[in-house]
Amino acid sequence: MSGEGKGIDRREMLRRSGALPLAGLLSPEALRSAHLHLARQQATAPAGKGPFQPAFFTAHEWATVQRLADAILPADARSPAASQAGVPEVIDFVLADPLAEPKERETLQTQVRGGLAWLDRECAGRFGRGFVDGTEAERTAVLDAIAFPARVVAGLEAGAAFFATFRDLVASGFWTSRVGIEDLQYRGNTYVAEWTGCPKEVLSRLGLEER
Amino acid sequence: MQVLVPPRTWDVCIVGSGAGGGMAAKVLAEAGAEVLLLEAGPPWDSARDSAMFAWPYDSPRRGRGHRGKPFGEFDGCLGGWDIPGEPYTVAPGSQFNWFRGRMLGGRTNHWGRISLRFGPWDFKGKSRDGFGDDWPIGYQDLKPYYDRLDEMVGIFGTNEGLENEPDGVFLPPPRPRCYELLIQKACRGLGIPVIPSRLSILTRPKGERPACHYCSQCGRGCATHSNFSTPSVLLPPALATGKLTVQTGAMAREVTTDTEGRASGVSYVDTATGQDRHVQARIVVLAASACETARLLLNSRSPRHPNGLANASRAVGRYLTDSVGVHVGAHVPALMDLPPHNEDGVGGMHVYIPWWLDNRTLDFPRGYHVELGGGRGMPYFGFLHGLDRYNGGGYGRKLKDDYRRYYGSFVGFSGRGECVPNPDSFCELDPTVVDRWGIPVLRFHWKWSDAELKQARHMQRTFRRIVEAMGGTVAEPEPGPETGYGISTGGEIIHEFGTVRMGESPRTSVLNSWCQAHDCRNLFVADGGPFVSNPHKNGTWTILALAMRTAEHIAEERRKGNL
Repeated sequence: MSGEGKGIDRREMLRRSGALPLAGLLSPEALRSAHLHLARQQATAPAGKGPFQPAFFTAHEWATVQRLADAILPADARSPAASQAGVPEVIDFVLADPLAEPKERETLQTQVRGGLAWLDRECAGRFGRGFVDGTEAERTAVLDAIAFPARVVAGLEAGAAFFATFRDLVASGFWTSRVGIEDLQYRGNTYVAEWTGCPKEVLSRLGLEER
Repeated sequence: MQVLVPPRTWDVCIVGSGAGGGMAAKVLAEAGAEVLLLEAGPPWDSARDSAMFAWPYDSPRRGRGHRGKPFGEFDGCLGGWDIPGEPYTVAPGSQFNWFRGRMLGGRTNHWGRISLRFGPWDFKGKSRDGFGDDWPIGYQDLKPYYDRLDEMVGIFGTNEGLENEPDGVFLPPPRPRCYELLIQKACRGLGIPVIPSRLSILTRPKGERPACHYCSQCGRGCATHSNFSTPSVLLPPALATGKLTVQTGAMAREVTTDTEGRASGVSYVDTATGQDRHVQARIVVLAASACETARLLLNSRSPRHPNGLANASRAVGRYLTDSVGVHVGAHVPALMDLPPHNEDGVGGMHVYIPWWLDNRTLDFPRGYHVELGGGRGMPYFGFLHGLDRYNGGGYGRKLKDDYRRYYGSFVGFSGRGECVPNPDSFCELDPTVVDRWGIPVLRFHWKWSDAELKQARHMQRTFRRIVEAMGGTVAEPEPGPETGYGISTGGEIIHEFGTVRMGESPRTSVLNSWCQAHDCRNLFVADGGPFVSNPHKNGTWTILALAMRTAEHIAEERRKGNL
């Protein structure tokens, strides 16, 4: 739950903020109810046990999504690869989200499904086999052709458009994950007793003095 | 044996539990009236129901919005642009978006807590420049209510001595964030003022409400009641009187009238059962939002009020306005690679740009203010989407590092400008479409006039000059006249006003200077419908001040036996 790993949980934050002593405002029952509310949201999350069953992607698409997501955000010294951070699962959920506006959902589904098919066709046309079945060098050749908007040659625009969309989905999934947020060094979502403004160190980096 | 229970007659029935309805309920219940408050949506309590402090990874949706939560799944406001079973229509050639809150507290669960008083010029625009109409009241009429409102609710800001951005009773403002200081520095060189914003968020404790803890999540609903929403601030004291009854799940269908044409109560649909109910009341106060109030009046036809209630003037639904909105987002290299720090702050900007120019040097009337955004906020679904427009795209380790470096380096400028009422912008009943309860729905007509388009162009140029002065870049080229200079769609800024406007003359206005219907003396309006103009300032503070004045007037008239 919130604040794990930071040594302070939601209840503690509320207590420090002065809310908890006001029983009428925030009773333990109320807090529990808030937790249940979140738990209900989580209940729609992919189950943690057993192999993940995608709600939207086929088995072949799922393999492609894993490979592509990791090509976009691979592991490095600061954090693991996209597939290790649960990014493909987030993308699968978003594409199948029962609460999404139906037309919007269908548009995104078609864009991603069509894009994955485009990628396989492009690889097959160049090398005689699909994206996941090829070599690293083959994948790199195709990604280099669609990942840099300014360098995309005529005829590959649809692939580039798909890649831009998919890269955004991967970024959303990764940087909102626990490891992604830690990697970014986001320091908020916490109880702050006194707001002290822009830290001195940053002020001097920016050449600013607060008036 | 049959027991005959005489139907209860309430002193006051209020429709809508947002800013205006909540204030009217508080004032009237405290004055001793037996008050029934009807709300179409369900109950909601930020202390119990808020997603405050949830992390994006607590949900597989990662904070992404959906049909019922257009501002993100953690957002506190229920309702939206597209409510199943509650359509509205838009006339051919028009575009209009209508956001509705459906919950206790209405859109006070949505807003940005930007609490700007209207100033002396705002009430007398026509006298100053000939556009639109003057209000029947002036700033001095409302000033005492603004002053008391500041103290009752709590607001931070600074007294700047600006004539049309009146001083108030302010708590100390929070210190600016880093990017806000950088914007301030660039603006200083351009002669553009950047001053502390004025938000109804507590920076000091007030009564039982603790001060803000700076998690920046006001929009999710504040579990500690440190910001303003009706259920957090106005309903608790109102309920404590024992005089207020709140009925949620009550969708008002029409205001009923007696044979004399006076309001006799409200009929509503119990949304849980679909059953029609009727409550009797000596006084009816509509606070359903500008457009819902107009809809309710137009749907309240009777032999004495054949055009709809209080509509002898045919002004109901007319003079519809919304703020001009223009947004420019930019990347500022100076903000890259900064040391990590918590930039959450309050749930909104710490500084803003008030209107600063003289219209005699401009090609449009009236003004705008600028709301500032940016910073190292909580990452949500949508995080750095479109980064390729700035970093050239790519993939792999270099891309991963780019996300880290670009995080926190974007700023946003949202202009909010005055819209002068025009004859092409109004709402009326759609002759053929009804909602799921069988209630005829609104049809919107909308057109920005040349004045607003020129203002939008001015915003574009100004914001881009500021970005340039910061050494930043804007990915999108400046939009031209073919796209209205990037102007928002009508309704998109969610500042609809004017549909039941006040005025001296019953021929051209719906309400008198006490927000009392010219044609029906026990009917009042306490939302944004009565506004004669739509200054660039977000309207909630004025809805609250005006509702306080209206409700105190009702209480006084009741005391005198006049109502």
